[in-house]
Amino acid sequence: MGEVILTMKDIDKSFPGVHALDHVDLEVRKGEVLALMGENGAGKSTLMKVLTGIYKKDSGTITYEGKEVEFTNTREAQDAGIVIVHQELNMLGHLTVAQNIFIGREFKKGIRIDDKKMNEEARKLFQRMNIDIDPKETMSKLTVGKQQMCEIAKAISHDAKVIIFDEPSAALTETEIEELFKIIRDLRDRNIGIVYISHRMDEIKKITDRVTVMRDGTYVGTLITKDSTKDDIINMMVGRVIYEDPKTESMVPKDAPVVLKVDHLNAGKMVQDVSFELHKGEILGFSGLMGAGRTETARALFGADPIDSGDIYINGKKVTINSPQDAVNNGIGYLSEDRKRYGIVVQKSVAENTTMATMENYMKGLFIDKKKEKEVAQKYVDSLATKTPDVDQLVVNLSGGNQQKVVIAKWLTRDCDILIFDEPTRGIDVGAKSEIYKLMNQLAADGKAIIMISSEMTEILRMSDRIIVMCEGKKTGELDISEATQESIMNLATREIE
Amino acid sequence: MADNKTKVAGRKESTIDRLGGQKFIVLLVVIALFIFFCIFSPNFRKYTTFVSILDYSYYITLMAIGVAFPLMTAGVDLSIGTGLVCYSLVGGYLITFHGWPTWAGMLISVLFGVGMGVVNGCLVALMDLPPFLATLCTCMITRGLGSIIVGGFGISWPAAAAPGGWFRSIFKIQMNGINIPIGFLWIILIVIAMTFVLNHTKIGRYTLAIGSNKEATKLSGVNVKFYHIFAYVISGFFAGLAAISYSAIFATVQPGTGAGFELEAIGGAIIGGVSMSGGAGSITGTLAGVFVICLLKTGLPFIGLTANWQQIITGLVLIAAVLVDILKRKKDRA
Repeated sequence: MGEVILTMKDIDKSFPGVHALDHVDLEVRKGEVLALMGENGAGKSTLMKVLTGIYKKDSGTITYEGKEVEFTNTREAQDAGIVIVHQELNMLGHLTVAQNIFIGREFKKGIRIDDKKMNEEARKLFQRMNIDIDPKETMSKLTVGKQQMCEIAKAISHDAKVIIFDEPSAALTETEIEELFKIIRDLRDRNIGIVYISHRMDEIKKITDRVTVMRDGTYVGTLITKDSTKDDIINMMVGRVIYEDPKTESMVPKDAPVVLKVDHLNAGKMVQDVSFELHKGEILGFSGLMGAGRTETARALFGADPIDSGDIYINGKKVTINSPQDAVNNGIGYLSEDRKRYGIVVQKSVAENTTMATMENYMKGLFIDKKKEKEVAQKYVDSLATKTPDVDQLVVNLSGGNQQKVVIAKWLTRDCDILIFDEPTRGIDVGAKSEIYKLMNQLAADGKAIIMISSEMTEILRMSDRIIVMCEGKKTGELDISEATQESIMNLATREIE
Repeated sequence: MADNKTKVAGRKESTIDRLGGQKFIVLLVVIALFIFFCIFSPNFRKYTTFVSILDYSYYITLMAIGVAFPLMTAGVDLSIGTGLVCYSLVGGYLITFHGWPTWAGMLISVLFGVGMGVVNGCLVALMDLPPFLATLCTCMITRGLGSIIVGGFGISWPAAAAPGGWFRSIFKIQMNGINIPIGFLWIILIVIAMTFVLNHTKIGRYTLAIGSNKEATKLSGVNVKFYHIFAYVISGFFAGLAAISYSAIFATVQPGTGAGFELEAIGGAIIGGVSMSGGAGSITGTLAGVFVICLLKTGLPFIGLTANWQQIITGLVLIAAVLVDILKRKKDRA
């Protein structure tokens, strides 16, 4: 293991309402692979974005090759030799592979772009990486795995000294991962410092030298990979201190009727043969890592994505759900993880958002009965304890937690008996979290059936009566709350599927 | 060297692939329309008709080549139609009322177009106005501005025989009493040049990249703002060239006209395979697409259909062309 090439010290970064990074430290050495681990939302990607100039840090220092640096855009970071292979693919679908790799620094012959040379260089690059991709192929025609390889090739071609891989394996097949590891080892042997962000415990053991763990935007610690066990790392990730008591037993009566039954549901690659039942008054937790297929399952169930095969029964009756409208008519409400995009219209008032799904109930002939609309909205503001000066307030001015309450109110006006909460507390601060939790428990006690998708282990353990764990589009296990532990869930969530 | 050969073969295949064959389909449509009109109208089969089709095609073609660039960035330029008339009025005004030489008037027309392109580009790329809105505004502005500058009267550029009328022979020369549509030669050369710009220079590459994924292009360290503006400058430049061709073909240019020209140009580009969602398109396809529109416009009256029918049929053809684009993208995604 070589000398230190990059040190991040006391990095602090806040977004409105969220303290994303709280005095985080990170140290990368030449010729080593450093794993950066933590649950979703722990701040790993944010830290890397601060490093490469996509976000500006509030405070702290970054020392690179002995000098303090502050990059203001990715170009500067690239030129200095720090490149990032993004989690979400940043490719230009219409252009060719070589054109993608050399975008922004094309070879030129006079004013003409030298595509021939670019193809040649790309071919050499792929040869060195020992992968078979035609540089002249159009990017959108490649598989996701191959596209990922192109991203990596692009990073390597920058003559980087530090390469950050942000969950590179999420979209790769087993063989592609093996190829990736070969490439990473080769890079390491050429004395490049590598940061490897991943959730997959097996990969961490296989490829990394040290592990730095983050949790809730803070630095937890760093371990030598070969001296630590999988459990050590998991413990650091989820934390010994759990600020809320987990549920110890299910609150659902034994004879609670089945409200929703999903039978062998298939929808695309991310939902494969998923079956489960949901009882009246139950909170069913869906756990798993990013890309496990939980949101996709919810979207298929809600009619937002097409279902390939499988049956859905509501109250024992088979139903057909082809669109969100069908789902809503069957009493299913979906609270998206991306509130601002799918949940609320931020530039509209609390009242307008509340009644949006039930407009027809507030009409007086052709006109909207504003008075009635406000009354109903006020009723829900009171019962959900939404903090807003009045129902005319624009939703954009509310905090994340209160915005979430407006979305809940919207679905309650539709008398939805099945509510799907997708990451119900994402972007919501700790205080407001417990209010949302209280509210969910209240809804369950009132006989609503709730599916809760969450990437936060503590949330899953605190709220669920029963837990379904998914991994790579498949259901890998079902646990009663009385038998569930962080370790048992994490094991199911990282289970390799043959 | 053997490697070199496969490369050439590979390129050929990928070109056809990349365009999804659309421009070849469009070319076939052009030929089919031409044959159709020739068969059903004896009057259509005349040399003078062919010349007049070409005459009317120049300004639309030039506008279409220009507007293809904003379209490929997933934007649009609605100001080119009224812009064309405005630039033509201003150029002609300086020539006829202020005694400027013809070349200077032409230069002013083009420079005015470039200037308007810079304005459009800045509004879109720097100030983040939606392209539709930004260029709709400059469309209205150019329409008003042209009228104000010339005082509300129609402007005639010098006639062919008059002093300074040489510029009309850029597009049409007479030989032994026969009109030769020499302008089409320039169009071909411009199409070749702009095809090169689109496929082999940074300007073209980044135009497509911005339309494909602007954020990713920015993250790659490309000066996205500059190239985004440049796409509108190209559009303005070609609107300026179109102004010259328009002035050369028509005797008089009337203020307040020009609205709707841009739709023919945009329609032509889209029929020719330029994607309105950005990232894809070709100049040769655009040329073919414009000719679909020009043939319909000229040919339908010959078989007894009025201008209203021409509008309806052009609309239907546009829908078909856009559907092809959408279906192609759906197939790609699957």
